[in-house]
Amino acid sequence: MSQPINFHPVESFKERGRSVVNDPAQRKNFRSAMDFLQGKRRAQFPERQELEGLRDLASAIRRYSLAQLPTLLEQLERNLTANGIQVHWAENAEDANAIALDIARRVQARKIIKGKSMVSEEVDFNHRMQEAGIEALESDMGEYIVQLAGEAPSHIIMPAIHKTKQQIAQLFSEKVPGVPYSEDVDTLIQVGRQVLRRKFAEADIGLSGVNFAVAETGSLCLVENEGNGRMCTTVPKVHIAITGIEKVVAKLEHVPPLYSVLTRSATGQAVTTYFNIITRPRQPGEKDGPEEVHLILLDNGRTQAYADAQLRATLQCIRCGACMNHCPVYARIGGHAYGTTYPGPIGAIISPHLRGLDQTYPLAFASTLCGACTEVCPVRIPITELLVRLRNEAQARPDSEDATLRGSGAGRTKLATAVWRGWSLVYSRLGLYRMTSWSMSRGRALSPIDQGAWTRSRTPLVPAPKRLRDLLRKRRK
Amino acid sequence: MELDAAGRSYPAKPSDVYLYATCLVDQFAPEAGLDAVRLLEREGITVHFPEGQTCCGQPAYSSGYPDEARAVARSQLDLFPEPWPVVVPSGSCGAMMRHHYPKLFEDDMVLGPQVRALAERVFELTEFLVHVLHFAHPDRGEQCTVALHTSCHARREMGCHETSSALLDSLDQVDVTEQARVEECCGFGGTFSIRFPEISEAIVSDKVESLRACGAQKVVSADCGCLFNILGRAAKLDQQAGRASPSLEGEHIASFLWRRTSEAPR
Repeated sequence: MSQPINFHPVESFKERGRSVVNDPAQRKNFRSAMDFLQGKRRAQFPERQELEGLRDLASAIRRYSLAQLPTLLEQLERNLTANGIQVHWAENAEDANAIALDIARRVQARKIIKGKSMVSEEVDFNHRMQEAGIEALESDMGEYIVQLAGEAPSHIIMPAIHKTKQQIAQLFSEKVPGVPYSEDVDTLIQVGRQVLRRKFAEADIGLSGVNFAVAETGSLCLVENEGNGRMCTTVPKVHIAITGIEKVVAKLEHVPPLYSVLTRSATGQAVTTYFNIITRPRQPGEKDGPEEVHLILLDNGRTQAYADAQLRATLQCIRCGACMNHCPVYARIGGHAYGTTYPGPIGAIISPHLRGLDQTYPLAFASTLCGACTEVCPVRIPITELLVRLRNEAQARPDSEDATLRGSGAGRTKLATAVWRGWSLVYSRLGLYRMTSWSMSRGRALSPIDQGAWTRSRTPLVPAPKRLRDLLRKRRK
Repeated sequence: MELDAAGRSYPAKPSDVYLYATCLVDQFAPEAGLDAVRLLEREGITVHFPEGQTCCGQPAYSSGYPDEARAVARSQLDLFPEPWPVVVPSGSCGAMMRHHYPKLFEDDMVLGPQVRALAERVFELTEFLVHVLHFAHPDRGEQCTVALHTSCHARREMGCHETSSALLDSLDQVDVTEQARVEECCGFGGTFSIRFPEISEAIVSDKVESLRACGAQKVVSADCGCLFNILGRAAKLDQQAGRASPSLEGEHIASFLWRRTSEAPR
């Protein structure tokens, strides 16, 4: 598989994080954005008990769906096909793009207008289309901004959250012909709307993501706020939806609870401005709607997570972004530093399946395991436990039974293995521990002033002159 | 990781308890351990300190070395032969023993049941003081304002922000003020602070700033890891700024409680 340009090698993860941490303006941006989003979510869930009840329900629905995933996917395909929606299966990003290109070539498409879709980011759709001579233009305001800037989204719900209105004003005045510099948000939105309105009419294909695919009715649900999703899925003659195989639910009645926790957790909205249910292409006598509707169902490593009893929970995700909004690490480094399509805690647990653990394992370590993500996750993904599991996998002996994932063992080093073996030895042999801790206390005057990364930011840790066990022994006498 | 304090049932006051002091307290903060002993003994409880205790194994467990963690945890399992409660003056280590030991030995047919039974009687100190000992002692200290920092594991796995809060609230002369983003991690995260020093520094710097700004004379915490991180950062910033006196002071909650409620204030 070719390496999409939105993916950065893991080695530079620390550097990218560092560059944001050392930039006070960016840090302030992220901090206030995170505070804002946390506040919005909090206001949506005033009752702790109601929230926990909703999380139980949403989690149960997601686990129920995943428990019968193969059956539901077959049922979905049958019912979509019966409704006149064409279903395509893509094993990886390359397949997904090839399927879209085939459709585009058949209908002689030159322009594609896009609604927001993280899966399309995952397969690097825009660049692949561009290479084939087809323009793929983002119509979600945030996506439009990052595309104009030649960047990738830094957040799965708010792609341009890293940009200030000044930066957007600058960008528009430079990149959009005839637009003067203005920091007025309404003016900026109007600029986007005017550009995009024309593009909807010109586009041959509309591309969208899918929030929930309903097996029993063969329907695709799309959650959005700007109306661009509805435009993309109704104006062009062809609509292509693309989504991961995990997005299927059994019944239509499973959608409202998921929708409710999704919007409340993501943007702190009780409902979004638009909620679309797409069940068939334009029927004879209907005045609008696409003539063809396609669904591309993408695996791209998801079956690896599915096959593992513990890691399967990763696929419960409904992509609300609450985990990143509450993550102390994400708040400090922002989404781009992760270098993966999905940043933050969910990015750390899903990316190893999409890209291989060898390419992504540092993300599993880039967490204090504080559990804020797990606490807010509306579908109760045990994110912290999964992070620990991925750490285990990253450092497992590659030929051992503990190495079960693509790229397991890639983070294992001789030095770290030896250090932890030594540590384990000292703390599991009382004699050794006694000797070590006694000498540390006795030799406290010799404690190093330079304790590496610790003293870079803190004063040195110095052992007490007497250990607790010494004090207690003395006290008993 | 779920907060389960609400659903937990607590035993009647026992005659004896084990103190599992943790490696940090044993080596770096023995006074906090001693004060925990004093708090427990004052209630007429005999406190046993198993000499074989070293570390709960959490550092290796959370760093992705389960075998190494299991070996250390294994060496601690037989230290508590009597059915007495095990009291831990750290929410983080307490959570390790209570919630993660059973997972670590899940597949072990022999040790599994023993570990699950042990986990059931592990209590974090403040939880034990509130729910088992119904801590109530007159405050003999002077008026002061403090902020409480609860470690993430204590908060989210043990519900100890509530018990620590209740203890501070029981002291008449103590005003508790709340720092901004009280629920946010201090940035320690064990080996995270070493692996990602810049990110850790950014998080702990913000924590120091919010604690300095909230009007507290002191930060009180039931976890030494967080305290060392926060106070170490504050002291480093003081050094860099050439401040002679510390801009932020802190104390383990065991020492704070003992100092304020003991007959002969130290």
